[in-house]
Amino acid sequence: MTMVFDDRGEETAEFPVRRIKFTINGEKKIAEVEPRLLLSHLIRQGLRLTGTHMGCDTTNCGACTVLVDGRAVKSCTMLAVQVDGHSVETVEGLATASELHPLQEGFREEHGLQCGFCTPGMMMAAKSLLEANPDPTEEEVRWALSGNLCRCTGYQNIVKSVLWAASKMRAASGE
Amino acid sequence: MYPSRFRYEAPHSLDEAITLLRSGGDEAKVLAGGQSLVPLMKLRFASPELIVDINSVPGLAYHRADSDGTLRVGALCRHVDLERSGLLKDTQPTMAAAAPLIADPIVRNRGTLVGSLCHADPQGDWASVVLSLGGSVVAQGPGGRRQIPVAEFVTGPFQNVLAPDEIAVEAVIPPARGVRAGGYLKLERRVGDFATVGVAVSIETSGDSVTRAGIGLTGVGGSTIHAAEAERALVGKPLTAESIAEAGQLAAAAANPRTDHRGSAEYKRHMVATFVERILSGAGRGHTNAAERAA
Repeated sequence: MTMVFDDRGEETAEFPVRRIKFTINGEKKIAEVEPRLLLSHLIRQGLRLTGTHMGCDTTNCGACTVLVDGRAVKSCTMLAVQVDGHSVETVEGLATASELHPLQEGFREEHGLQCGFCTPGMMMAAKSLLEANPDPTEEEVRWALSGNLCRCTGYQNIVKSVLWAASKMRAASGE
Repeated sequence: MYPSRFRYEAPHSLDEAITLLRSGGDEAKVLAGGQSLVPLMKLRFASPELIVDINSVPGLAYHRADSDGTLRVGALCRHVDLERSGLLKDTQPTMAAAAPLIADPIVRNRGTLVGSLCHADPQGDWASVVLSLGGSVVAQGPGGRRQIPVAEFVTGPFQNVLAPDEIAVEAVIPPARGVRAGGYLKLERRVGDFATVGVAVSIETSGDSVTRAGIGLTGVGGSTIHAAEAERALVGKPLTAESIAEAGQLAAAAANPRTDHRGSAEYKRHMVATFVERILSGAGRGHTNAAERAA
């Protein structure tokens, strides 16, 4: 995969490019990246997975949240080279060809989104929560999502959506 | 936004990392959690020529207690590890109170305590907490290791005493000599914001008497503030309503806040006294974990 950058008349001398191997949504990839490339750039521009949104670009809003080795991270605040040898999950990895993920169903059932911009980050942060804690309280959901900003909903329905998904996932695993 | 160009190395040992830092001189930076460094690089407030990413160095992600109770926190121990730590819950009330209040949950998955100490942001929470506990930083360089009390480690806003070829590998918290109590209270406008005011109080008691007191203040001066006079007002006697109120007033006097968009200097100073008193009142009643997110 080749990354293309705007030529802004900066130095044209060659700059070091590193080859990295990683897994994204279960698929193995090799990429050649400049060290300063952010993980969010690799995902959106390199892999064309545009479900990961860039909101603030300053580590505040959480719209760019993805999972690295199962842990939620803000992909605008991690270098792409740092996922060498690691596994990344984005919102595109949630659904299968035929079925939505319970979190996606939950957001639909409980009207957990309005404009939808924060939703991918919300769902990835929630996925990380539910893997660690399959039966969270409302308070725990609010706490876990406190690094993700939503400017539309007032959060009520987002919290309900995550609780809906948690309940569905527990039922599916026979608890 | 993306950072200026830099050379990137991800060594697999501390020795290798130190050799790399040596080659980079003043223009090299260590990358651990990256939750302060990467934003600074994106904003071009920092433009290092060499990044030495220590995330591939094994054996730095620990936090553990020695047999004498000394707590050691490795350079890759993330805030979330401390937030979930049973060890901290049982033995380090001030740290257990502070861990869930650092930044937001997603930042806590990456950021590190040692990195926060190195970054030395006057609004960073951990420096006050570690200061209140009399902790120190272990630095490793070409000549070996040295241990630096955090009060001397941080020399000013965003400044520490590390040499260009030294890496902060560990934070060390000395064992309690009595019963340890304390807490951390933080006033913030919203989750993830920097502290408007943060107060760390750690005390140790033997019988009725306070044998050691530590008070660190966040966000109310050009650097982390050590409220030494307030500490002296507590030591050598039992905690009483009078000594608590006196410590609160002396801590407020030690603060040097500025009026800004987060509040007036007067308000911030008042909150320092209030927080010192709240934490100590809890400690006096045996509630040692005064975690509270003030609004």
